[in-house]
Amino acid sequence: MSWASASDFFAMGGYALYVWGSYAVTAGLIAVEVVMLIVRRHHALKSAGGPAAGSRP
Amino acid sequence: MSQPTLVIGSINWFRYASPQTFYPLAGAMIPWFAWAAAVLCAAGLYVGFFVAPTDQQQGEAYRIIFIHVPAAWMSMFIYVVMAFWAGVGLVFNTRLSHMMATALAPTGALFTFVALWTGSLWGKPTWGTWWVWDARLTSELILLFLYFGFMALQAAIDEPRRADRAGAVLALVGVVNIPIIYYSVKWWNTLHQGASVSLTGAPTMAATMLTGMLLMALAAWMYSIAAALHRVRSIILERERGADWVAQDVKAARP
Repeated sequence: MSWASASDFFAMGGYALYVWGSYAVTAGLIAVEVVMLIVRRHHALKSAGGPAAGSRP
Repeated sequence: MSQPTLVIGSINWFRYASPQTFYPLAGAMIPWFAWAAAVLCAAGLYVGFFVAPTDQQQGEAYRIIFIHVPAAWMSMFIYVVMAFWAGVGLVFNTRLSHMMATALAPTGALFTFVALWTGSLWGKPTWGTWWVWDARLTSELILLFLYFGFMALQAAIDEPRRADRAGAVLALVGVVNIPIIYYSVKWWNTLHQGASVSLTGAPTMAATMLTGMLLMALAAWMYSIAAALHRVRSIILERERGADWVAQDVKAARP
């Protein structure tokens, strides 16, 4: 364990911008991809004739 | 569920039934790969941030490695797999192979961008520059453009079979870039360092650092498989929506 405290952890030895900038953007992009996957499946199910959440008459 | 296509000869099974048989199989596999990705990622982050020591030369900045290297590996590996399926699709004229290639491209592009982004954020504190036109960085950027080109080309062609074939040719031509990326640090005198991990030599990093990196690499594998399987299921639905089995399956999925 390299950290004395939580603030020490978040400071990343002075490299917070670079380390957290890397992790945050990666996590954000993966979140965007997961949302896009779910949206695409929703549309695919709808266009395939499924009664998507009862939206079809 | 009945499988009427099994009585048909092998060629027709190959051509017609593959998406139908693969669709539920992929659906069953997705949760396993997704959970494996989540667990491996949590373990990798724990090892990376709380077990692996501070690097003597780079301080804490080196911790970018736990994303950067797995993302760079995946960016190249996904391209090879994509080109493989594209090639299989061209040779055997199998729709599912082309769909698999199409499904892999966005995830490959994601990891390529992540490798470039994290590399830039790592380069600034260690090299003093966000970007340099060295062989490794430039060929990785070309990889990103190859993914974008593949997706744009397929999106631009309305007829699916033509889009499949055009994309497959582009994917296969572009595969020549992969060994260029991989060996660029050996072939040219690049600013980018050589490989820290190779199959033949001992890794030049602490065991706990290596463990964290490999856990994150495995997590990236599992995530990529889950994402590609999820996307290929949507592609199958989009392309096969006229088929009876799709209508039945969709009804079963949403009662």
